[in-house]
Amino acid sequence: MELLGSKPTRHGFGEGLVTLGERYENVVVLGGDITGSVMTQLFKDKFPDRFFSIGVAEQNATTIAAGLALSGKIPFFASYGAFCALRNADQLRISVCYNDVNVKIGGGHSGISVGPDGATHQVLEEIAYLRTLPHMTMLVPADFEEARKATIAMGEMIGPAYIRFGRSPVPLFTTSETPFAIGKAHVIKDGNDVALIACGALVWESLLAADDLAKSGINARVINAPSIKPFDFNTVTQAARECGCIVTAEEHQVHAGLGGAVAECTAKNAPVPIEFVGVKDSFGGSGEPEELMEKFGLTWKEIAAAARVAMKRRDKGSSGVRSIVEP
Amino acid sequence: MDTSVGPTAEVDSKQSLAFNTLTFENRLRQPSEFAEIAVEIRRDIIRSLVRAGSGHSGGPLGSSDIFAVLYFGGIMRYNPSDMHWNGRDRFVLSAGHMAPVLYSTLANAGCFPKEELGTLRKFGTRLQGHPGRDMHLPGIETSSGSLGQGISIAVGMAISDKLIDRNDHCVFTLTGDGELQEGSVWEAAMAASNFKLDNFCWLIDNNDCQIDGRVPDVMNVYPIAEKCTAFGFDTFVADGHDYADIMRAFDRFRENHVNKVGKPTAIVFRTYMGHGVSYMNDKFEWHGKPPTKDQAIAALEELAGNE
Repeated sequence: MELLGSKPTRHGFGEGLVTLGERYENVVVLGGDITGSVMTQLFKDKFPDRFFSIGVAEQNATTIAAGLALSGKIPFFASYGAFCALRNADQLRISVCYNDVNVKIGGGHSGISVGPDGATHQVLEEIAYLRTLPHMTMLVPADFEEARKATIAMGEMIGPAYIRFGRSPVPLFTTSETPFAIGKAHVIKDGNDVALIACGALVWESLLAADDLAKSGINARVINAPSIKPFDFNTVTQAARECGCIVTAEEHQVHAGLGGAVAECTAKNAPVPIEFVGVKDSFGGSGEPEELMEKFGLTWKEIAAAARVAMKRRDKGSSGVRSIVEP
Repeated sequence: MDTSVGPTAEVDSKQSLAFNTLTFENRLRQPSEFAEIAVEIRRDIIRSLVRAGSGHSGGPLGSSDIFAVLYFGGIMRYNPSDMHWNGRDRFVLSAGHMAPVLYSTLANAGCFPKEELGTLRKFGTRLQGHPGRDMHLPGIETSSGSLGQGISIAVGMAISDKLIDRNDHCVFTLTGDGELQEGSVWEAAMAASNFKLDNFCWLIDNNDCQIDGRVPDVMNVYPIAEKCTAFGFDTFVADGHDYADIMRAFDRFRENHVNKVGKPTAIVFRTYMGHGVSYMNDKFEWHGKPPTKDQAIAALEELAGNE
């Protein structure tokens, strides 16, 4: 994988929506007052008759979307992830998921890389919530191109779906040719010494970590896992069996997110030592994205260090030999 | 009509609790024609609740007269043998705990066999404690029960009809008055008015009772009609037990819809919780419990006498 540039994933969401609008006349979009930030403005400009501004009322927007879906529309509602995944949690649970309707949510400005807005706007918990909801599909694309593809895919599948994207530009390294499918994780660099499983912006950091590990003769496998739910049990189990240890990396609490999904999968299918890179049970704060990623330990350095720990635990022949670590 | 129960009859409890096969047509009627239907709805509510052994009595009984007019007075367009018919008007029960009145109404309309009312709240039933769309019961448009959400769903349906499909379908939704304490109800009201949804009719069952007590004692929501008006609704206050008044209220909505007044309609129905069964009338204690067998028999006798 080579670096092709830098672009925010939210742009991929905005462009994907326009493509869906062109393909299907029953795709409609609901605005939550931040249409420029979450790029639904692109759809609004092109299809003004199919755009409805709901204002700063995320619970209402989510439930209105359910009503539209029950009337045969494919509604997308986008806001900041903090407000369209958690503030409306009950509406998602009952009106969207229990109803099992075609509501699609775009959660923008996710993770701490939002930067200066601070902790209130830096959602770090929604992967955990959304992946416990029956019927929900939950996607975390790694770059602009994958976000575009994921948006189109979620519009073309039947049922509730959520896509998580960010504000700041992130490395672009996939192309229109790179495979993407809901329910699939992809090995983007082969290796058998340790598996680095990541989603979102930390996929690129995992590739950088693999480069660093290679300098010490460690051949890491890097897996891009954009589909948190449905989850690719096969690819993850195979990685556990072939590498014997895993590092997970995500811009989310270490609890119950991608790391939780990997741990649940391997505990059943191939128990191996796992190290979790993520935010360690704390809230974010203001700062530049790079400063924050550094402060919260979400860079290739932490991933590479975690890989060495995971390998050491594996080589000692037991995952329980070290003292207890929290979290 | 089930003749096994009456005010003076020797009551055979098994018979009095049995469902009959009576159904009613949806057509224009005189006000005096609704009493018989409302009594049958109420009796079916009692019969299903006593079998269920749990559930909400007060709200369903108190709103039975409204349901009788809405579903059997030619107000709503629907086809009981095809509740997915595209041309239908929609009804969303935002106050999902009032499911027994909707189930009884739909059964009396012929949407499904009345014996099924006896499965209310039981394992494997299509008549879930609160409406569940996953059960595919004809006439249930959406799951509801988490208060405040049904009205927003109804707004979404009304947007779809008026602003996207541009058809002449109407959307009705019923909330309780305690439900008005949920803030998202007012988000929905704001949106209905913002989008000028004159195909949207909001029914408020204003019985002044909720689980913990009288509504103003729990959290005051008054003045209700003034709030609706301030939110941009054409608001009508009606006696929810007077069929002529209920019909006038729905006629007002019809006129608003036909004349495209550019405003949604709100009807505040003044009702008594548990109405029709004297020992329950206006008692908030009956919000969330079913009658015992003896109480049910007494209620059925009283209702039979009131036909």
